[in-house]
Amino acid sequence: MKLVEILSIFAENRPGKLEKITGLLAEEGINILGFSIASVKDFGVIKFLVDDVERAYQRFKERGFTVAKLPAFGIELVDKPGGLYEVVKKISKKGINIESALVYVAETRKRAFFVFEVEDPQNTWDNLKDEGFNFLDSSQLKA
Amino acid sequence: MEKNYFNPKVELLSKEDLRALQLKRLKSILNRVYRRVPHYRKKFRQAGIRPSSLKSPDDIRYFPFTTKEDLFVDYPYGLLAEPLEKVVRLHTSSGTTGKPKAIFFSKRDILAQAELIARSLVMSGAKARDVLQNSMTYGLFTGALVMHYGAELLGMLVIPAGPGNTERQIELMQTFGTTCIHMTPSYALYVATIIREKGLKPGRDIHLKRAYLGAESYSEETRGKIEDMLGVKVYNCYGLSEMGGPGVGFECPARGGLHLWEDAFLVEVINPKTGERVLPGEVGELVLTTLNRNAMPLIRYRTKDLTTLVEEPCPCGRSHIKIARILGRSDDMFIVRGVNIFPQQIESVLMGIKGVAQNYQIILDGYDEMTVKVEVDREFFDGRIERLIKLRDEITDRLKQALQVRPKVELVESGTLPVSEGKAKRVIDNRIL
Repeated sequence: MKLVEILSIFAENRPGKLEKITGLLAEEGINILGFSIASVKDFGVIKFLVDDVERAYQRFKERGFTVAKLPAFGIELVDKPGGLYEVVKKISKKGINIESALVYVAETRKRAFFVFEVEDPQNTWDNLKDEGFNFLDSSQLKA
Repeated sequence: MEKNYFNPKVELLSKEDLRALQLKRLKSILNRVYRRVPHYRKKFRQAGIRPSSLKSPDDIRYFPFTTKEDLFVDYPYGLLAEPLEKVVRLHTSSGTTGKPKAIFFSKRDILAQAELIARSLVMSGAKARDVLQNSMTYGLFTGALVMHYGAELLGMLVIPAGPGNTERQIELMQTFGTTCIHMTPSYALYVATIIREKGLKPGRDIHLKRAYLGAESYSEETRGKIEDMLGVKVYNCYGLSEMGGPGVGFECPARGGLHLWEDAFLVEVINPKTGERVLPGEVGELVLTTLNRNAMPLIRYRTKDLTTLVEEPCPCGRSHIKIARILGRSDDMFIVRGVNIFPQQIESVLMGIKGVAQNYQIILDGYDEMTVKVEVDREFFDGRIERLIKLRDEITDRLKQALQVRPKVELVESGTLPVSEGKAKRVIDNRIL
């Protein structure tokens, strides 16, 4: 199974919170490749695709953050109108629900990936692996 | 059940003999305050009653109450029933505003209170070979010193650790093989968390057997959590400075309430509004009369603590009555949208929900809005916001069910709410009224 791992951090909605989190990543020289923020009124979850998820996870844990790793699939998008549509169409045809997603632009105007989480990774993989997608591999994330 | 007694003669007195002893002591103490304490003389006269009117312990109901306010009349020495040369120690209560309540002890009082502690410790199974780490605040507060003297009277090795400096607390436990601890429940939770985070294992790295937790009220759920985390039996202990500090009420291994030493205290539970005794089993305010206090006797002191009397005989054999776990101080109670709420009710709900860490805070603001901030257990977070939303909704629903008021629940990171090396401040009231 070709999977990547997403770093997910629980954050209260407070001024300076995102600054603190991104500051820690900068300090550690960890590169952010993509991110998303989901929030309800007073708290949220900030998710990152980074080049070294294991080290990032350990650092956040040491600093007392509430942090977790989540498996996700990355599928390459074609840079043309309807690129995302083509991918999502195939995913939904298989009855797979996308729980959360972000975009990883590997090379501007050349290569981008749709990175998404699902409830059942194994089932998703079985359904999508022969659809002709180019899946993102965690080894591709390292600089 | 193991049965151990420090003073079996008194602890196992028959109910009749206990009543007789109470009557004798009560007469004597009423006479003493009437003769020696002008403020009591005045109060008794105003109520039109004399010590000689008392024919049975029950007649105490005709005597006036002593309230916190009485302690500030003729302050600070006015309530002394002994000359100052007989007084050897001052303790004060943690007054939140203004002058602290001043409580005085004679040599005999110190020893008498120490005996109550020694009885209570033996009741829990403690022996002279046990090592007690005393992590309450030494100083004006009664908590540490009074326990200290009692444990020494029993013959335990006492480590006067005091509160705080958790790293050192844990080192002391490891180095000296601490078997018993005395601290607040909120600090015990904190210490337990640090012990777990350090990867230390109860039974292997630390060898605690008993935890005496008091000075704050806490729920059964919190007790269970601490027992699991530290591998100990938790004994609930109750006391207040005005009654000499800890040792007033203490759990025996049978649990189901705390024994109050009736040779030392006359126990009543009253309706705080009417001052009348409540019916058996009803919740009310605990009112205590000191029966053998020398320096500063207090008659029908309103403790502000809410509880019920447990009248059934106790399997431990002691005849001394039990009170239920303290429900809260009548002071702690707050009213939201017309509903009386105790912080303990909220704690009890929270501690029963998976995913909740130890700290919480209740904020009252706006027009009668209640917000409960709850720390999320780090291990519970799986990265998905859906799980957090579900947790928040579950907490909200369960609180609504228990309180009849729907609070706003905010999830916060573990370790961000004020911790509790001492008394945790749980309720912040910013309401505009």
